[in-house]
Amino acid sequence: MPSAAANLARLTHAPGVVLIYESGTIGAKPDVLPLSIGDGELAEHADTVVSIPEIFRYWLQGGRVDVGFLGAAQVDRFGNINTTVIGDYAHPKVRLPGAGGAPEIASNAKQTWIIIKQTKRSFVPKLDFMTSVGHLEGGDSRARSGARGAGPTAVITDLGVLTPDPVTRELTLTAIHPGITVEQAKAATGWELKVAPTLAATAPPTAAELATLRELHARTARAHGTPGATE
Amino acid sequence: MTAKIMPLAEAVARHVKDGQTVALEGFTHLIPFAAGHEVIRQARKDLTLVRMTPDIIYDQMIGMGCARALVFSWGGNPGVGSIHRFRDAIENGWPKPLAIQEHSHADMAGRYQAGASGLPFSVLRGYVGSDLPKHNPNIRSIECPFTGERLAATPAINPDVTVIHAQKADRKGNVLIHGIVGIQKEAVLAARAAIVTVEEIVDDLAAPMNACLIPHWVLSAVCHVPMGAHPSYAHGYYGRDNAFCKAWDGISKERETFLAWMQKHVMGTKDHAEFLRSAGIAMETARA
Repeated sequence: MPSAAANLARLTHAPGVVLIYESGTIGAKPDVLPLSIGDGELAEHADTVVSIPEIFRYWLQGGRVDVGFLGAAQVDRFGNINTTVIGDYAHPKVRLPGAGGAPEIASNAKQTWIIIKQTKRSFVPKLDFMTSVGHLEGGDSRARSGARGAGPTAVITDLGVLTPDPVTRELTLTAIHPGITVEQAKAATGWELKVAPTLAATAPPTAAELATLRELHARTARAHGTPGATE
Repeated sequence: MTAKIMPLAEAVARHVKDGQTVALEGFTHLIPFAAGHEVIRQARKDLTLVRMTPDIIYDQMIGMGCARALVFSWGGNPGVGSIHRFRDAIENGWPKPLAIQEHSHADMAGRYQAGASGLPFSVLRGYVGSDLPKHNPNIRSIECPFTGERLAATPAINPDVTVIHAQKADRKGNVLIHGIVGIQKEAVLAARAAIVTVEEIVDDLAAPMNACLIPHWVLSAVCHVPMGAHPSYAHGYYGRDNAFCKAWDGISKERETFLAWMQKHVMGTKDHAEFLRSAGIAMETARA
């Protein structure tokens, strides 16, 4: 999903965007969406391909990433995320893939955007495991923790967009997709969801954006029989 | 031909021993599948397996009982989902319990770099707020002697053996890698012994000046194994076999189907060429 979103941006309003994948591809311009973050398609059209230590040291920890895109199995009200286990760590109910690049993306990118399906199972009052930092315990706790960057500035779900309150840093529903109600969003949240007094409606995609996205997915399906995915 | 160029079975027999710490590296690209299969065929056990991204090859090695521990940062079948044998080992202890030591990618990269550099530990601006250090005693912190900042510190990784796959070697055993080069160079230089499988052996590598070249004198064995990275890919040789990666989900979901597949295609074949024929994988000769 982040890969599709970033490439749609590149193909529409942001032709100059520099896409960086943690496999070491900088300035990737894939013609089809990669099935994994290390597909040859990403290397083929990249400005440069660097080693794994270099991508994480010079480019990420060096502070050169403006926006980090993250997915998650669970997110809490402060945008902290879990991609490690459901249940107890030593005896997990479900063993998830783990951290990957997320902990350092979360604490070194200038800001992060989280993309996740909003349900009571994913929007939890308490994470089973804290893999990567968001706004920690809210307020100025992130700033005091040593994490750099602004942290999650948007959590984009299938129901709407949540952004952190400027003071408490609690995720607040600030925009809702057409056809979705506030009640639906509240029912899909495991805590008492804060809702902005003036709720924006997400702008529907333009015909050009939709056409570009559909072409991208069609090319991808022809190339490897799937709409494409990341990690 | 130098003594370093040898059949894969001989390289594994000579360099990979029970109980060792063994790293198979390759970040989505150039994953040394053929070498992993050979370790399974030779029934190595009690290995501490190290790999940033345990995916299908470690699923197979874990499911066949080669491992007692796993050091890693992300475990899954990229773009497909879970790796079931890895999950079964962690969740149910099958076929044997698997101790895990879990890191992040940036940290694993740093640990290999420290290992390759002869340093005792790696320092990282990472794990802020994360629960990982609570569950991994190897993730500690250090105060910068110059600024006083708290930073994460983890020990160097120095595998007994690192195994990688590359596009080509020359007849002396110098190895050239291109495309996504991942962590291979660091993993090789951190190891006490290193085995490289290659798509082809050529007279002249014609390496560009700044190419990722690993000189023969840091390697223990170089083995000619065409399609040795399948179902991952070798840039310039063949693409990723996405259909196989998806099919693996079904093969590996149940213990019985997994074991039957491994018995038939890996244990029941003598080498990689026979494995490819057995599993019905076409040898791709066309250069991508």
